[in-house]
Amino acid sequence: MSKILIIGQQADGKLNAGIAKVVAAAKAIGGEIDVAIFAKDGASAAAEAAKLDGVTKVLQIDRAENDHALSAIIAPQVVELAKKGYSHVLAPGNTFGKDLLPRVAAKLGAQQVSDVMAVHGPTSFDRPIYAGNAIVTVEAPAAPAVVATIRLASFTAVGSSGSAAVEKATVEAALPTHTRFVKLEAQKSERPDLQSAAKVVSGGRALGSSENFKVIYDFADKIGAGVGASRAAVDSGYVPNDMQVGQTGKIIAPELYFAIGISGAIQHLAGIKDARTIVAINKDAEAPIFEVADFGLVADLFQAVPELTSKL
Amino acid sequence: MKALVSVKRVVDYNVRIQVKPDGSGVVTDGVKFSVNPFDEIAMEEAVRLKEKGKVTEIVAVTIGGAKSEETLRTALAFGADRAVHVKEEGEVQPLTAAQALAAVFKKEGASLFLLGKQAIDDDANQTGQMVAALLDLPQATFASKIELEAAKATVTREVDAGLETLEVDLPAVVTTDLRLNEPRYLKLPDIMKAKKKPIEAVTLGDLGVTAAAGLKASKTVAPPKRSKGVVVKTTDELIAALKGKGLL
Repeated sequence: MSKILIIGQQADGKLNAGIAKVVAAAKAIGGEIDVAIFAKDGASAAAEAAKLDGVTKVLQIDRAENDHALSAIIAPQVVELAKKGYSHVLAPGNTFGKDLLPRVAAKLGAQQVSDVMAVHGPTSFDRPIYAGNAIVTVEAPAAPAVVATIRLASFTAVGSSGSAAVEKATVEAALPTHTRFVKLEAQKSERPDLQSAAKVVSGGRALGSSENFKVIYDFADKIGAGVGASRAAVDSGYVPNDMQVGQTGKIIAPELYFAIGISGAIQHLAGIKDARTIVAINKDAEAPIFEVADFGLVADLFQAVPELTSKL
Repeated sequence: MKALVSVKRVVDYNVRIQVKPDGSGVVTDGVKFSVNPFDEIAMEEAVRLKEKGKVTEIVAVTIGGAKSEETLRTALAFGADRAVHVKEEGEVQPLTAAQALAAVFKKEGASLFLLGKQAIDDDANQTGQMVAALLDLPQATFASKIELEAAKATVTREVDAGLETLEVDLPAVVTTDLRLNEPRYLKLPDIMKAKKKPIEAVTLGDLGVTAAAGLKASKTVAPPKRSKGVVVKTTDELIAALKGKGLL
């Protein structure tokens, strides 16, 4: 039977919302599911993880060095833990997991499976290649361990009615001092988180300036949506990088997605493939976004979007 | 200070990928190839650091078949001083690539390893982190800003929460993200000069690398297609349609 170790990403005492989706992938693999929380004080994140349906136990590894979730610091601890009989090591396929897990895989001598989007069995997975324009089924060697990041948009979060045990654990690992955290510039936003929002409104190059992005924010606030952007809008400095949706930005799967003034480059489409319903508003009737949109409106966004905001 | 930059030959980012009907992979015959765009950004960054006097020598490295020489020539035209070609016609998976690149980095005694955060063919996003792990070096992935000093680098990283800044001791591995820089257009004289620059050929065996058991691909398929939807004429129609589906 599989014994699965999930890296329970946390920040400021809160468990990352993606972990409930990683647990869903682990349940599809089947077996014992342990979640490890690496933090300075992981008590509250561990308590959250213990509630996730399907979790066998939570390992709380408190250490002062774990304060900022640096991969160079966490990886040696994960490696030591993984060697205690785990068949699988899983992490979310976000910037945290993508940074950390290859460092673990290399130390274990394992090839890694990146962005698992479907589980066929303990060692058989689907993953996207070429910006999601092809999907490959891969068989991963069972030894030394299966190391995989989970594409969060492909899995539905498990519920939180469980009550797994939380164990305080210590991991003997020498930690380097060659990597130091300086700062994190995070955007404080009252809006729903882009990666878990049911509705998302994204703006593109056609917005023309950061001031003009107000029409996007106003509309999003009216319908309670998260706000995203195309690479072009981020590159042009209209909005910060953490709002980018696409192949190299965030991959999202909302119920309702509005692409406003976005032409629809394949790199952007790679980030919204799993959206349930896509609405496109664009002046250019030939824009590729209309090829994938469930509803298209050929219109000047500066007229149409405020209209939507006022009519809703 | 010596910088090593690895570059990968990939299907050009403008090519519309076709999956082979028998599911054995994607069509690569008769398709345009170019340097992985993220590696081009790494190359550009190395050249800028050299122009600022922070880096004194740039070595480009690739792993691949005979055709990968074009990729190295492009890196040399950007401004690499010389190149190492790890010759391997077969598929090379990230851990194996990382073992080879780690061996080259060590042999060169370089202080900075720059490479793209991912290659746009397999989208694995693993190699840089694996090189850092194998050599027990610091890693700063997804870089959008690099400030290089004699013994350390301060790197701004694009992460989900925003921008994170790390300080790493050298030698270090830095993987590059899209907004680090905009690569220059290559000029004909530089392309001509690149033809005369030296390329050293080695094999995985020369570097002491034997490929570990890798992932086996059984079939490749095209993703499910989204069907083309309805075009509405007014915002009222759009609101009615979305309300009709219970989405608003």
